[in-house]
Amino acid sequence: MHVPDGFIDAPVSIAAGAVAVAGVAVALRGARRELDDRTAPLAGLTAAFVFAAQMLNFPVASGTSGHLLGGTLAAILVGPYTGVLCVSVVLLMQALLFADGGLTALGVNVITMALATVLVGYGLFRLLLRVLPKTRASVGGASFVAAVVSVPCSAAVFTLIYAIGGTTDVSVGKVAAAMIGVHVLIGLGEALITAVTVSSVLAVRPDLVYGARKLIKPLELRTGAPGGGPADRPAEGPARPSGASA
Amino acid sequence: MGAGHAHRLYVAGDSPVHRLAPQCKLVAVLAFVLLVVATPRERIWAFGAYALLLGAVAVGARVPLGLVLRRIVIEVPFVAFAFLMPFVANGDKVAVLGLRLSESGLWGAWNILAKGTLGVIASILLAATTEPRVLLLGIERLRMPQLITQIATFMLRYGDVVTAEFARMRVARASRGFEPRDLRDAGVLAKSVGALFLRSYERGERVHLAMVSRGYDGRMPVLHDVGASAAQWSLAAALPLAAAAVTLAAWMAA
Repeated sequence: MHVPDGFIDAPVSIAAGAVAVAGVAVALRGARRELDDRTAPLAGLTAAFVFAAQMLNFPVASGTSGHLLGGTLAAILVGPYTGVLCVSVVLLMQALLFADGGLTALGVNVITMALATVLVGYGLFRLLLRVLPKTRASVGGASFVAAVVSVPCSAAVFTLIYAIGGTTDVSVGKVAAAMIGVHVLIGLGEALITAVTVSSVLAVRPDLVYGARKLIKPLELRTGAPGGGPADRPAEGPARPSGASA
Repeated sequence: MGAGHAHRLYVAGDSPVHRLAPQCKLVAVLAFVLLVVATPRERIWAFGAYALLLGAVAVGARVPLGLVLRRIVIEVPFVAFAFLMPFVANGDKVAVLGLRLSESGLWGAWNILAKGTLGVIASILLAATTEPRVLLLGIERLRMPQLITQIATFMLRYGDVVTAEFARMRVARASRGFEPRDLRDAGVLAKSVGALFLRSYERGERVHLAMVSRGYDGRMPVLHDVGASAAQWSLAAALPLAAAAVTLAAWMAA
């Protein structure tokens, strides 16, 4: 949920803004390492993708629906720093142009939806990949677990900010129960979509899944084909890893 | 790729508000919203005064009222939340229309509704009087790192393209009889999301190559400058200054 103006009081909103600026500054430096001079067009198109994917409402429980946050998904696909940048830019544009999420609450929104989801989601994803066998199935499984945990964590971070600077007199326990309860359900939908999306990208273009780069085997050149074929012909085209079947 | 250049959020016009430099409007809106958020919620008249100020801006910018009202629906989810407040909040109970509601919950609901709505209207007016492209120039003028504004530029430029692509996928799914009912249908949606990511990213790769072949070296050339004069700054300052007077009065009246 995009936090509107007036939900969190002014001092805490400003402090959250400062934290968000620091986080985005770190992400800026990191993104240049991840993508070098291709950063702007690729991160821009990924941001457009996150923006479109956030319009996808999936049914959660009777009557309610949640939309994709996309933080974990973006981080696994394009890397954590670029992921933070993409989601933050989406939030900035939503606040400025679409009035979705308050301008003063932008810091809170960046912390909960960009920084928290990416930190928790991507951190957990890497941790799981380290212990799981190096197969495609475990990448899918790790993305599922990472996403399912990241969404309630984001809700928990929001509850924490609410406990410090909330303007309403609803007890923190009630807010935590409601927010985290709903977001466990939203997290399930988010996790399912994240896992299947990552798996389907992995099947078609494994080189585009940043979080699973280590799984790609280097191309091998096979020569000496039987039947007198052009055996010494070099491998065609740029590196499209073999063994990718969709 | 044949998207129009004027964005649907923008209302073309030639009012003094339209002509203001974007960075002036950005600072003015941000200061205004901060002042609104900092106002004690018990001073109901102060929020009326803020609403009048925004009304004056809307009239000055000749933004049709209908457009503002249509776009306010973005806040519906948290209006629903605000209406729950009086039922779940702590504190003394008061009887309203035969219901026992929490007094502080009522104040909380009013607080969110008033401040949230004023913030939404301020953003709507900003977007209606400033082209997104110019708005980004304004952000850059305010020392936003160029990489961020470049990413935002690409996002805006291709946002419609990618969204339209996604809409075509939805039509394709629907025409094959797909209708999402519960969580089990998420798999089908996710395959679309995967395809959408591939198409977006590969489009990004092509865009990058096209830009490199035209001499892109990581920076965008500045095609037109949006410098602001002192007169523009002082005109833009009228809104936050008036709001500051209201905020001050609201604090004094305590």
